[in-house]
Amino acid sequence: MTAEEWQIVWFTAWVSALSTLVIVPFGLGVAWLLARHDWFGKSVVETAITLPLVMPPVATGLILLKMFGRRGAIGGFLHDSLGLDIVFTWRGVLISLGVMSFPLLVRSARVAFEQVNQRFEQIARTLGAGNWRVFLTITLPLAFRGIMAGVMLAFARALGEFGATIMVAGNIPGRTSTLSLSIFQSVQLGQDAHAYRLLGISVALAFIAVWGSECLLRRAKP
Amino acid sequence: MRLLLKNISLPLAEFAVEVDVELHSQVTGIFGPSGAGKTSLLDLIAGLRRPSSAKIQLNDTVLTDTASGLAVPPRLREVGYVPQDLALFPHLSVRQNLLYGHKPESGRNPLFSFEHVTDLLEIKSLAGRSVTHLSGGEKQRVALARALLASPRLLLLDEPLANLDTALKDKIIPYLCRVRDEFRLPMLYVTHEREEAQTLCDEILVMTRGRVTARVDGRAAP
Repeated sequence: MTAEEWQIVWFTAWVSALSTLVIVPFGLGVAWLLARHDWFGKSVVETAITLPLVMPPVATGLILLKMFGRRGAIGGFLHDSLGLDIVFTWRGVLISLGVMSFPLLVRSARVAFEQVNQRFEQIARTLGAGNWRVFLTITLPLAFRGIMAGVMLAFARALGEFGATIMVAGNIPGRTSTLSLSIFQSVQLGQDAHAYRLLGISVALAFIAVWGSECLLRRAKP
Repeated sequence: MRLLLKNISLPLAEFAVEVDVELHSQVTGIFGPSGAGKTSLLDLIAGLRRPSSAKIQLNDTVLTDTASGLAVPPRLREVGYVPQDLALFPHLSVRQNLLYGHKPESGRNPLFSFEHVTDLLEIKSLAGRSVTHLSGGEKQRVALARALLASPRLLLLDEPLANLDTALKDKIIPYLCRVRDEFRLPMLYVTHEREEAQTLCDEILVMTRGRVTARVDGRAAP
């Protein structure tokens, strides 16, 4: 492997891991709200969260581009107030990966929360535990394997993200080039050996993540 | 002891739990067929369900009063609850289960100390084990001890012997008698079994389709 290939693998791995870490607290919060409460607009939120799974990724990318570009509502604010650019930077990659993998995390975590017998939580309350203690000591540990399966799936999805990322971050070598973007570019340029090496790494990383997720899910089943 | 269950109304799928009684016995049995609303009544007392109307008062403490909008949260009720499925936390050891609701300040009352409760129920040797590896009778005693270690002012026992065979029931009943006689705690004891009711209860409420249809002396269980 060349230094450039290592750089691509390293960048893809860390930005995927970071995007997964960033979405975990939000994903768990949303999943818990969906699993445990009925509230006005719940079905709309559920649908909106699932959209990136079913929409063309480039369409999601276009929406993100419009939101996070310098003339977009969020991108403009970040540029003017903090001097932060999102589009065509690693931050753009991070946001694209996070948005595209968020539904997978939420869906897995929601199922994991739903599978926790609420009687445990109720009895914990009768033993003097408040909401946070119940969540941290009962709900979260009992849902842990299902949540971790969702985290690994989200990570795997981030590793392979293409459409939204190329819209928001482009494919700038050394800056925003991920495994999937590099494979695409290598094939376009006829660099088959380069493409196959990256393909092998992609398959190995995705296999490990999905296999880990499946193992956790199997162990989580009662 | 005075437990006031006044003007209780909780709509269920096929009927409503409607109870209006004042209890003074130490151990009151709640006797009735499956689906009579017995567990729902215990859930109301523990604060795990919201009634459409109710005033629940233990001695001088009002726990629920829908007329004034008062509903003391379950964690502050000091009502111990041993549900029918026991709800031992499967991811925690026996010791961790026992100490989950144990209040360090209750060490002042040696009756509710870890040493005394585990000695009384003969479960000290189980402390390091996983709850998933306990026998039915051991689980029963651990669940009872866990509720006692939270220093409750009222103990709710929901068919605690329902899942045990006759031989095991005969072993556990003396432990329940010990708890009754040593702690002098007011208890509500849901059961299907006439013998259990006669052995343990001072008074029995017979429930049918959510209503108390008879109130008899414990020794004259129906």
